[in-house]
Amino acid sequence: MLQDKDRIFTNVYGFQPWNLSASLKRGDWDNTKALMALGQDTIIDRIKASGLRGRGGAGFPTGTKWSFMPKEPRPDRPNFLVINADESEPGSCKDREIIRHDPHKLIEGALIAGYAMRARAAYIYIRGEYIREAETLFAAVAEAYDKGLLGKNACGSGYDFDVFVHRGAGAYICGEETAMLESLEGKKGQPRLKPPFPAGAGLYGCPTTVNNVESIAVVPTILRRSPEWFASFGAENNKGTKLFQISGHVEKPCVVEEAMSIPFRELIEKHCGGIRGGWDNLLAVIPGGSSVPLVPASQIMDCPMDFDGLRGVGSGLGTAAVIVMDKSTDVVRAISRLSYFYKHESCGQCTPCREGTGWMWRVMERLRTGDADISEIDTLQQVTKQVEGHTICALGDAAAWPIQGLIRHFRPELERRINERNGSSDAPMQEAAE
Amino acid sequence: MPKVKVDGIEVEVPQGATVLQACEAAGKEIPRFCYHERLSIAGNCRMCLVEVKPGPPKPQASCALPAADNQEIRTDSPMVKAAREGVMEFLLINHPLDCPICDQGGECDLQDQSVAYGKGHSRYTENKRAVTEKYMGPIIKTVMTRCIQCTRCVRFGEEVAGVEDIGAIYRGENMQITTYLESAFKSELSGNAVDLCPVGALTHKPVAFEYRPWELRRNLSIDVMDAIGTNIRADSRGRQVMRVLPRINEDVNEEWAHDKTRYHVDGLVRRRLDRPFVRKGGKLVEASWDEAFDAIAAVYAGSSVAAIAGDLLDAETMYAAKALLKGLGSDLIESRQTGMDYDVSSLGAVAFNPTIAGVEDADAILLIGSNLRWEAPLVNTRVRKAIKKGAKVFAIGPEVDLTYKLEWLGNDLSLLGKLPDQVAQAFDGAKKPLVIVGPGALGAGFGAALALVEPMKLIRTLDDGSAWNGFGVIHIAAARMAALMLGFAQKGGIADIVAAKPKLTFFLGADEVDFAGFDGSFKVFIGHHGDKGAHHADVILPAATWAEKPGTYVNLEGRVQHAERAVFAPGDAREDWSILRALSDKLGRTLPFDSFDELRAAMAAEVPELGQEGLVSFAWKAPSLSAAASGEVTYPIKDFYLTNAICRASPTMQRCSAELLHGEEFAEAAE
Repeated sequence: MLQDKDRIFTNVYGFQPWNLSASLKRGDWDNTKALMALGQDTIIDRIKASGLRGRGGAGFPTGTKWSFMPKEPRPDRPNFLVINADESEPGSCKDREIIRHDPHKLIEGALIAGYAMRARAAYIYIRGEYIREAETLFAAVAEAYDKGLLGKNACGSGYDFDVFVHRGAGAYICGEETAMLESLEGKKGQPRLKPPFPAGAGLYGCPTTVNNVESIAVVPTILRRSPEWFASFGAENNKGTKLFQISGHVEKPCVVEEAMSIPFRELIEKHCGGIRGGWDNLLAVIPGGSSVPLVPASQIMDCPMDFDGLRGVGSGLGTAAVIVMDKSTDVVRAISRLSYFYKHESCGQCTPCREGTGWMWRVMERLRTGDADISEIDTLQQVTKQVEGHTICALGDAAAWPIQGLIRHFRPELERRINERNGSSDAPMQEAAE
Repeated sequence: MPKVKVDGIEVEVPQGATVLQACEAAGKEIPRFCYHERLSIAGNCRMCLVEVKPGPPKPQASCALPAADNQEIRTDSPMVKAAREGVMEFLLINHPLDCPICDQGGECDLQDQSVAYGKGHSRYTENKRAVTEKYMGPIIKTVMTRCIQCTRCVRFGEEVAGVEDIGAIYRGENMQITTYLESAFKSELSGNAVDLCPVGALTHKPVAFEYRPWELRRNLSIDVMDAIGTNIRADSRGRQVMRVLPRINEDVNEEWAHDKTRYHVDGLVRRRLDRPFVRKGGKLVEASWDEAFDAIAAVYAGSSVAAIAGDLLDAETMYAAKALLKGLGSDLIESRQTGMDYDVSSLGAVAFNPTIAGVEDADAILLIGSNLRWEAPLVNTRVRKAIKKGAKVFAIGPEVDLTYKLEWLGNDLSLLGKLPDQVAQAFDGAKKPLVIVGPGALGAGFGAALALVEPMKLIRTLDDGSAWNGFGVIHIAAARMAALMLGFAQKGGIADIVAAKPKLTFFLGADEVDFAGFDGSFKVFIGHHGDKGAHHADVILPAATWAEKPGTYVNLEGRVQHAERAVFAPGDAREDWSILRALSDKLGRTLPFDSFDELRAAMAAEVPELGQEGLVSFAWKAPSLSAAASGEVTYPIKDFYLTNAICRASPTMQRCSAELLHGEEFAEAAE
């Protein structure tokens, strides 16, 4: 179990104020100038050495990502850092806690990360529904400007850096990095084609890196406490600490910082008071937010909660938003509801996702009540395969995976409902010859 | 030059080419809906998926993927086949199967590709999505349930037409293509969006439910609505031209045509002069050809004869008229019917020398008295392209919306003598400077514009050794360049003809003349529409429109192009040249040709350039004119949709004018 002295987010529950003076007491903005004085390449090297992988879901090594940025940006084509705070994945709520209670970790991280990638400014794109959080963030950025921590000669380092906070308008797809750039530019939030990747041509056509809030917020602490300290947690290739967000049928749902690779059972026992009704009552878990396949109880219990461990059971860590479902759950309905979410949030740009998400949801709704034919389960499976991997962005995959997980693990349940509704048990109903 | 392998065939493609282009180079057809050569890449239909190695183990959109060395592309693998079938199935689940009542039927990409790449059946048993129709103006009819959201129309509006009226609203399944607040798509190029639409979502409103594409006969022709010489296809059924579509000609119109070109054709069957008329007792009464010819012969004009050529004429008609007058002993011929009298001693100086395609490469452009958007819409799109490549554009004249950003210097021709510094700067650094003189400035500003040629070095040899002539004159009459080549111009313009007081004047489709000057003259109108010219005529000889006769046209660059006959003229109307030939018999000066081919040969013998299709290179010689200019410019076109007799007879053009230019609202009947 992670010890209190090793926590990065020391105010994640808001026991102390979020403001600058309280943040300073917690150690934020402590001689940031010295951190920046390490030099840009050293910062990137240390982040690489820490083994930090992106916390937004894909798990791309953060330091490597930064190193793709041009080393000598042209004055007419500056580098930009865009911070993705459009946390809309069902189940995820870590960025909200960071921005609510520890915004200065994020802002300091923005400065250091922006400096390391030679960015002219950082844009924090915050989810539209996060109203209070946005207010906090605006106020925190204003505080930082007032104290000279941002703006011209930020923190006395001689580096000019601005942070802009931009509020979204409530579209899930704007959390996709290129759709976010479109939205920031004032256009309809639709993902762009890649290549070109944002590091080549991103915001306003300039080199851009898009990072998750958590990835940026942990940067100052990693530099202060050394990459080796950060790398001492978690399994190989899955280093560091991570904010887990456990929701659903546990005794005490919570957001908690833990070491990566902690076994699922330990995570639940230590922080959530166990599964509601005991471990025998566990049905399935969606371990990484709505867009990863669910994992049945038997497979998840002793699975290490990290990128590779969860991939081993056919799922993913995603944002570490752990959705726990006990046996009282109507699992078909749960997945059907997720399908509705993806149908509702599909941007409509490319064909498979636009047409497929609606189709999948409609079939799911019928499977929920059993108003379907057994063969439609296979059809649905094929439709998810027709969507997956054929779209511009990953929303198509995200819409397909939960259904694939359901069919993989709960096909008997689907068939049971169909047979029940049709009034037959196992054998197909005999029809009278006419 | 990357070398790639497509299905085992090795091809080399130019740098920057896409995988889709590489596949085409290898002779492999790639199905597509959203991709279009002349628009930006959207990559959203996902129909062009292919398998590419090296790369992720999933199919890739070939339209957006750059071709790179050593790529192995498969277009025939099971993965690609499954991907195409999958996308096709998705496209069809919400597409209505109303092909039998869809105007796109028979020339529909979705139909063709679903036959070629689809599965033949659907597994979708839910209800289909329905979308309400969107109003897009008098040209575009919408059935938005058929839309497959390829966004070609959106991109065309933004990128080519320069009008950001069309866009997508809502998201996911509910995404809809619409104009802003369902107002009309206010562009003179709107019809092209219909052609671009791969399905039947956008169709031609004026001809809704009028024909099936397989009923039509294709006739290759040249557009006469302006001087661009747009290459068109006049599709006819029976004796009527049903529609006009552009043909691809990269040098002239690319693959666009403006709305006047496309939709004036319903004017071809309205207000037609289909029998001769003779004025008796102040009234025009129907007559036979003989009576009409007798009435003309009875004038006994001798050599006191003049001919005014209209804007829509082919070169052969004008040559026949010229020959007739020459036989009678007169050379009073003029084509600039509105009274312009610019110097035509050098044809090079009044041609569009940079060529239409050359405009794209210009890097500094000065427009002098030209509302390019109305006078030559397809030159305007080239200027838009030049701006995209970084050209700076300045203009002198009344401010109008040309769909792009430019600097208006003011409406005063005296500015030509003292161009502001920023203009001089832009032109100093330019490799291909370009000055475009519009018809609004051709009278008062011609000399001053010519005076810019020397100091701005508009005529130069480029670094690569090729020649560049950056002085271009915009004409708005399809007949103009051919007329000038045939000598249809007096030094003082039409005023010289009026001063000569001819006893007999032939108006060859000339409707825009100030007829007051010809009060004492016997006026013979040889034309096809009952318009202004017919009202003033003493004798009307019914002739053929562009669609009803073959002909030679020369566009503003000096490009000689041949057009075919599409249909036959109605009633007693005849081809213009045969009228003149018959009349010459009556007047005792028989013209020396008995067929159109003989006429064309005779014309080619006199003006060899007219005998051969292609670009005529006029020798450059600037006439010496006064460089002083002053005064304001007025643009000659007051109403884009009603510039000639055919348009004025066309209900579609009338409605376009009323609605798009004069803001009238048309209520649609509730159904």
